[in-house]
Amino acid sequence: MIGMEVHVQPTTRSKMFCGCAVGQLGDPPNSNVCEICLGMPGVLPVINKAAVEACLKTALALSCEIPRHTKFDRKNYMYPDLPKGYQISQYDLPMSLNGFLELDGRRVRIRRVHLEEDTGKLIHAGDKLHKSWESFVDLNRAGVPLMEIVSEPDLGSADEARDYAVALRTMLRTIGASEAEMEKGQLRAEPNISLRRAGSKELGVKTELKNINSFRALHRAILYEVTRQTEVLESGGAVVQETRGWSEAEGRTFSQRSKEFAEDYRYFPEPDLPPLEIDAAWIEQLRSALPELPGARRGRLVSQHRLPAADAVLIAADRELADLFEAAVAAGAEPKPVANWIIGEVAPSGKIPTPEHLADLVKLVTGGSITRDQGREVLVESVETGRLPSDIVREHGFAQLSDESALQVEVEAVIAANPRAVEDYRAGKKQALGALMADLKKRAPQANPRIASELLLRLLG
Amino acid sequence: MLARLALEPGDEEFYAEQLSGILVHIDRLQQLDIDAIPPTAQVVEVANTLREDVPRPGLDQADALANAPAAVDGFFRVPSIQEET
Repeated sequence: MIGMEVHVQPTTRSKMFCGCAVGQLGDPPNSNVCEICLGMPGVLPVINKAAVEACLKTALALSCEIPRHTKFDRKNYMYPDLPKGYQISQYDLPMSLNGFLELDGRRVRIRRVHLEEDTGKLIHAGDKLHKSWESFVDLNRAGVPLMEIVSEPDLGSADEARDYAVALRTMLRTIGASEAEMEKGQLRAEPNISLRRAGSKELGVKTELKNINSFRALHRAILYEVTRQTEVLESGGAVVQETRGWSEAEGRTFSQRSKEFAEDYRYFPEPDLPPLEIDAAWIEQLRSALPELPGARRGRLVSQHRLPAADAVLIAADRELADLFEAAVAAGAEPKPVANWIIGEVAPSGKIPTPEHLADLVKLVTGGSITRDQGREVLVESVETGRLPSDIVREHGFAQLSDESALQVEVEAVIAANPRAVEDYRAGKKQALGALMADLKKRAPQANPRIASELLLRLLG
Repeated sequence: MLARLALEPGDEEFYAEQLSGILVHIDRLQQLDIDAIPPTAQVVEVANTLREDVPRPGLDQADALANAPAAVDGFFRVPSIQEET
């Protein structure tokens, strides 16, 4: 079973406990730092309100309980990525507890969502890590806000773990809590993996995987680790509780360090930060400002627009696509064809037309003015040039041939040119019709396929 | 961090006595009956001291590195922390 620890950088302009800017990847090292995040003596941290609110919004969106009283703690460890000698985190009174995220109609339990600060970045000199003799420290990220979202071990496969991470990302982006770009390190997923015997409820020793930079890597790393643990156990060995790094290049995990137990961190309350009292009015204010969540939107796409559930799942998973869908429907196009075009064409290409253009295109196709294939071309051109599909169709003379007498000429030509297929068809080989239709499509690409095939059948007798 | 401080020769006796004193004092604290006292993390009765999310300038790179025992190309340089595995 897999539990996920996901670290998410909330969208803020400044750091968690000081006014340093949250910089960009590629900033010069140690250029977004101050006395506070460098851990100099005598400084006092102050909590960033926007980070607290992002965390509370996330907790609300995940249906967590939000205790009235919460505080920060010091997690002590000696490591040069945090110059204070401790990380400010939350231990026994986290900001929120006991929520869930809905995944394919079932609930993945969320144990807690809390706030903490990120660490600096270490670069190890030398070709191989274990041969390196010095490290270089950049503290630009030290003190950047992080939310830690911890799930229960409710995920049964690499597929589920990836779907969970994707759904979480959708949720965070929908509520504006985080950009959650994995490639930028704004969302870091660390799966905890343990095996259990079939039929047993007892979980085995778990390992935690780090250094995962994409949803694909998450999936691969879990598959690898499950196989590795299975082999260890089947050969009579024991899985060691530890943190393992994922190497994307080598496609394997490797031992990083034995997992510390909680007491090693000597947690104690952060004396420099007053506690937080989160009252009902504050929670209500944040709750009322939340946009429609993906789950609710999915339900509404089904009830209001009569979409099949499978379509609603795909469209609601992406706020941009869902907005496009609803705006195109509002512009007068039929819901189901709009959904088909979004799922079949827009989503895979990643090129988003304006709602008015999409609605225009869908109306052209459903009204029979152009074929689906022509529609695809028109869509591509419309996105590239920003022009209205109707204008493109008019200009290319793309309009679909639906006039029966004109079509009949084409169909007769097809029959004349393919005596063999015609004979086959009349002898009972119905699949010969396919060859005839293919030839028709070649001669008259704009032919309305429904009317053309009716004509063809009639003329073949 | 205290463990990094070196003692002058001859001071060992002096500090040994002081440290023992501290340990004896902690022993006495541990004998207190505190069952009826709730855990206290804060003695100042304030809460929700928050800062608006507005960036302000920090230290420039040269100042940030000024106290570092070793720095190179804008980075702090530290002995390797990667353990042999």
